Amino acid sequence: MSLIQTKNLHLHYGNFHALKDVNIEIGRNEVVALIGPSGCGKSTYLRTLNRMNDLIDGTSIKGEIIIDGQNIYDKKLDVNELRKKVGMVFQKPTPFPKSIFENVAYGLRVNGIHKKAEVEETVEQSLKQAALWDEVKNDLKKSALALSGGQQQRLCIARTIAVKPEIILMDEPTSALDPLSTLQIEQLIEELRKTFTVVIVTHNMQQAYRISHKTAFFYLGELIEYADTKQLFENPQHERTKNYVQGKFG
Amino acid sequence: MRIKYLGEKIIEGFIYGSGWITTLVVVVIVVFLFREGSGLFNKKPLEEGYGIVINAENKVREITAQEIRQIFEKDITNWKELGGADEKIVVFSLSNIDKYFTEKDLGESFSLLPEKIKEFVQENKGVIAVFPEKYLATSLVHLEIAPISFWSFISGKDWYPTATPSPQLGVLAIILGTLWVSLGAMLFALPIGIGVAIYMAEIAEKRVRELLKPFIELLAGIPSVVFGFFGLVYIVPLLQNLFNLPVGETALAGSILLGIMALPTIITLSEDAIRSVPKELKEASFALGANHWQSIARVIVPYAKSGVISACILGIGRAIGETMAVLMVTGNAAVIPTSFLEPVRTITATIASELGEAQQGGIHYEALFLLGSILFIITFLINWIAELVTRKK
Ligand SMILES: Nc1ncnc2c1ncn2[C@@H]1O[C@H](COP(=O)(O)OP(=O)(O)OP(=O)(O)O)[C@@H](O)[C@H]1O
Ligand SMILES: [Mg+2]
Repeated sequence: MSLIQTKNLHLHYGNFHALKDVNIEIGRNEVVALIGPSGCGKSTYLRTLNRMNDLIDGTSIKGEIIIDGQNIYDKKLDVNELRKKVGMVFQKPTPFPKSIFENVAYGLRVNGIHKKAEVEETVEQSLKQAALWDEVKNDLKKSALALSGGQQQRLCIARTIAVKPEIILMDEPTSALDPLSTLQIEQLIEELRKTFTVVIVTHNMQQAYRISHKTAFFYLGELIEYADTKQLFENPQHERTKNYVQGKFG
Repeated sequence: MRIKYLGEKIIEGFIYGSGWITTLVVVVIVVFLFREGSGLFNKKPLEEGYGIVINAENKVREITAQEIRQIFEKDITNWKELGGADEKIVVFSLSNIDKYFTEKDLGESFSLLPEKIKEFVQENKGVIAVFPEKYLATSLVHLEIAPISFWSFISGKDWYPTATPSPQLGVLAIILGTLWVSLGAMLFALPIGIGVAIYMAEIAEKRVRELLKPFIELLAGIPSVVFGFFGLVYIVPLLQNLFNLPVGETALAGSILLGIMALPTIITLSEDAIRSVPKELKEASFALGANHWQSIARVIVPYAKSGVISACILGIGRAIGETMAVLMVTGNAAVIPTSFLEPVRTITATIASELGEAQQGGIHYEALFLLGSILFIITFLINWIAELVTRKK
């Protein structure tokens, strides 16, 4: 059974129908890229997976999203538990105004992990996994705001890894970064997919092609095509996909 | 074309100029305050036209304003307390002259008074005689009064600006009273203000917020006298009954009113600061499984910290400069405060209530201007700190 099953998902922002009958299955340890023109609903879909849209007034949801066999829109579900399981990295790096160490430790502390040794070990591990450890190991006490954009984004990834999620959502994680930092993050994602399931929104077709197993193409709130990445880019089945992908990729 | 250009030039000039004009106005006010007040130092704290004489054998040559007061209040009764010989002090002045001389002795329109004073002073070893200078023979030994120094002004505990013969101009109690009342105001305005700000920015639904907002703004618009009335009619009696006090006009009453008056500043500015925390940052916190309270306490408020702190400091600034309300409810006793349940007196209340009766150019008048300068310095420091805190971000 797939790790994430999305069934007949509809989402409204007030009267605006932003997601229309979306059906996607994502398997464990897959990397899935979400592509499509601006405003087509990629971020909206991504944010349904950790219920981030709950924070926006006036959204309503129909349909089901089942993660690990559990409907995440079930009333009995603890949203904070869900968000531990489904981590998220944003477009702009969002370090907290704290030290590098405290940024990574934050997720542990708010989830009740306070043992010093455990926190320290997890922070180190996470920073290593996010390929940032060597650069910051001597200034863990320094403010995270002093890091470069690329470092900040890797810090945000480390922060997400630290709470040991199963799934990591990424919304255009490299669009605010320079090419070198982008490359580092892409290499990182290739490492991460050994351990995590990754759903990533990107406007960069080459990136989607390089790093993902599967790709979903959205258009005006609808899922037009969802297939293996190679197939979607080289042999798209739908006219719209073809137009979009070829315009930006071919 | 020409005219339009000229118009733009004038507006440009006005905009550039207005900054300078504002600065200039501030400078003028400061200079004015200090100029009016600075005449106080090196003046003798003695009633205009008066002099003090003593017996020629008395070794004491100089005395302070405070000592004069103590002598007149019988707190000091012997010259040895002032470094002189063991001799009882005999106070001799216009107010007790009838104890020693009849009207007939003094002659028509006091024509014999100078002679009598001279005799009395020469006969009594312990005498201290305070009279208008014109009645004092030049051959008598004059007692010098130490001039008012900056230090004695700042550190003096007694504020009796109209005491005779020697006004007491110590402002320590008044400055401490001001700080005390403001401190009390902050002790309860800060938690409430920050709490309400967090509630308004983070927790309240839009409808609730839109309902609350006008009330808070209204609070800022209520004239201070009205607050004073409210305090006088409700808070003062309430405190009196609650704590079983002889009088309800206390520092606490002033603190409560000032706190309420500082609330709109604290709430509005803190709310703005909290609201300006980037949405992404909040979401990042939630995305790590933090609940709303954790996000507020550990990410949102720390991020908005400098804005909240400067809101609080500006709130304090408002409280310190406030006059009417404290004048009406604090009891206006110029004593060094030791508890919130005693009357105190603040700088603003002192100036407001005494300036009208102080003789222009006199030492009381000048002392009040100096108090004003001190208030200015305090508020200036506070605003400067607020500025510093915000800029650090
Ligand atoms: N909070 C909101 N309230 C109302 N409408 C919204 C809101 N957020 C997004 N939308 C609308 O929903 C649609 C989908 O938005 P979404 O952010 O998911 O697009 P996207 O595919 O991520 O676009 P982009 O590539 O520009 O990030 C857009 O038309 C957008 O205007
Ligand atoms: Mg988006």
